[in-house]
Amino acid sequence: MYGLGLLKGLIVTMKNLISPGRMFTIHQYPDRKISPLGLSKLEGKNVISWGINNPVKFLKSLLGLISVPDKIAQSPRFRGQEFTWYEQRCTGCASCAKYCPLGIIKIVTSPSGKAVPEGQKYAIDVFDIDIGRCMFCGLCVEACPYDALHMGSGFEEGTYQRKDLVINVDRLKSAPKKPSTWFRPQLEELGYDPDSGDEITWDQIGRHERPSLSDQEDKWVKR
Amino acid sequence: MSIRTEPVTINLGPQHPSTHGVFRLRVTFDGETVVDVDPVFGYMHRGTEKLAETRSYVQIVTLTDRLDWVSSMSNNLAYVRAVEALCEIEVPQRAQFLRVIAAELQRIASHLMATGFLVNDMGAFATPLMYCFRERERILDLFEILCGARITLSYMRPGGVFQDAPKAFWDNLDALMKEMPIYIDELESLVTTNEIVLARSKNVGVLTAEQSINGSLSGPMLRASSVDWDIRKSNPYEIYDKLNFEVPIGKNGDVFDRYLVRIKEMRESLKIIGQCVDMISEGPVRADVPYNIRPPAGDIYSSIEAPKGELGFYLVSDQSISPYRCKIRSPSFMNLSLLREMLVGWKMSDLIVILGSVDFVMGEVDR
Ligand code: SF4
Ligand code: SF4
Repeated sequence: MYGLGLLKGLIVTMKNLISPGRMFTIHQYPDRKISPLGLSKLEGKNVISWGINNPVKFLKSLLGLISVPDKIAQSPRFRGQEFTWYEQRCTGCASCAKYCPLGIIKIVTSPSGKAVPEGQKYAIDVFDIDIGRCMFCGLCVEACPYDALHMGSGFEEGTYQRKDLVINVDRLKSAPKKPSTWFRPQLEELGYDPDSGDEITWDQIGRHERPSLSDQEDKWVKR
Repeated sequence: MSIRTEPVTINLGPQHPSTHGVFRLRVTFDGETVVDVDPVFGYMHRGTEKLAETRSYVQIVTLTDRLDWVSSMSNNLAYVRAVEALCEIEVPQRAQFLRVIAAELQRIASHLMATGFLVNDMGAFATPLMYCFRERERILDLFEILCGARITLSYMRPGGVFQDAPKAFWDNLDALMKEMPIYIDELESLVTTNEIVLARSKNVGVLTAEQSINGSLSGPMLRASSVDWDIRKSNPYEIYDKLNFEVPIGKNGDVFDRYLVRIKEMRESLKIIGQCVDMISEGPVRADVPYNIRPPAGDIYSSIEAPKGELGFYLVSDQSISPYRCKIRSPSFMNLSLLREMLVGWKMSDLIVILGSVDFVMGEVDR
């Protein structure tokens, strides 16, 4: 019979319109309209008593005039912008720069105050990452032998000029240290989640056991 | 009284919503009937094959993400398999299972998109497409948990995968495995018995088995023409020989059969993933392979069954850290080779539907 298929299709569409699990949720990113129910829940109160105490807010939210920031769930491995870099761990070996398929990492080092043979690292003068060209493949992070470079977790880095997209060493130093757990199994073992967790310091993030000071002296300083 | 008509040549694309990318088709119409077509490629040529010659073997993985951007996992898999064959790398079992799970998830995502756009091209504007996208989004969420990206995944590496799947992945995968069959049923009840879809797709754009073999088609396009050819069966790679699944075959080789084959393949993929989840065992996920691989001199061709068909990589090594030549046999490009046979004689509106049923992605056609 003609029309049966059309009818079936209409039923499917109707089901999607009304059944709660199947509805399209529209994220009004970055803000989400919130109902009185949600708002009272946010404040940890019963909706009735909250509504009686805050009638204006209640009415406003009922009319859809109140919105709260909306954050879409993000997995800890998310490869985000704004690389997390630990000055204390980086030796300036430039493995990351060599491994980047696009060659967008620029590193300039100079021997630091103390002589290099003493086991001291190089001072890092320039560490530019041009994230305007970066494709967030994470190969640089994979290449870093000292766990100094990590993917970031943010993604809102809109700027007005392309040149602002070059992350230089100062920005890397001052950036919030919330690394993604991508290619960092030790962070996953910690159960670290950059989305909700705190900043993490350089000595917590290493993959290898740190040699003791005497060990270091034996191995490297008094060679 | 007969009306004297003259053929008119018009350009479909390169900027046309129904060409799914920057694809230009010069069509000669007689009235509303197609009398000749002349495809023009190259608007999205990014020189992937040439770029590959200056990248190291691991870096090329990131280039393959951008070939067919709706099935990056399969591209990754095809490429790393070629490198592994070239260097004779033994891949750990767990990595193979993970790779198959990822590739089959990607097949579902790709077929969902193909179906959505096909129905969209038939005039069911956006509603079924949005349903397909909603389900595909679930798979992309899984990929984000797995490897931190949604489209440009770069999950696989020569010798395995870069990292094991986290626990959250398995939980979400279980939930998806339960819900996906319901989604597919729903999509089918929306589309399969719909009279408009049937009228627009049955016996439209027919390719016979002989034609499709001669045109070296592959994937759902070929199987819709009742040719039983699937590399997962005929030349099993990874762990496909241990898995139990069927290869759906069409009958007529028309647009409707291509749609049906894709729907059935999604169900088979779910079956495969279920078996993999049961069979997977603990172990390492990456063979001991150096970052800079120097394969022995030689060449290799290795292909897999990507969602769109046979995706092959031909690599020539001269013992340096990057391939001397990297040729990509992309299914989208090959599947477009029979455009004239499919399109000539059909009306303008059928042309759009037939193009939609080919399911090509321009990133792969132009490479
Ligand atoms: S993420 Fe990839 S493209 Fe970006 S800097 Fe690192 S290696 Fe280069
Ligand atoms: S970030 Fe890592 S790879 Fe890059 S220079 Fe520092 S230590 Fe080397």
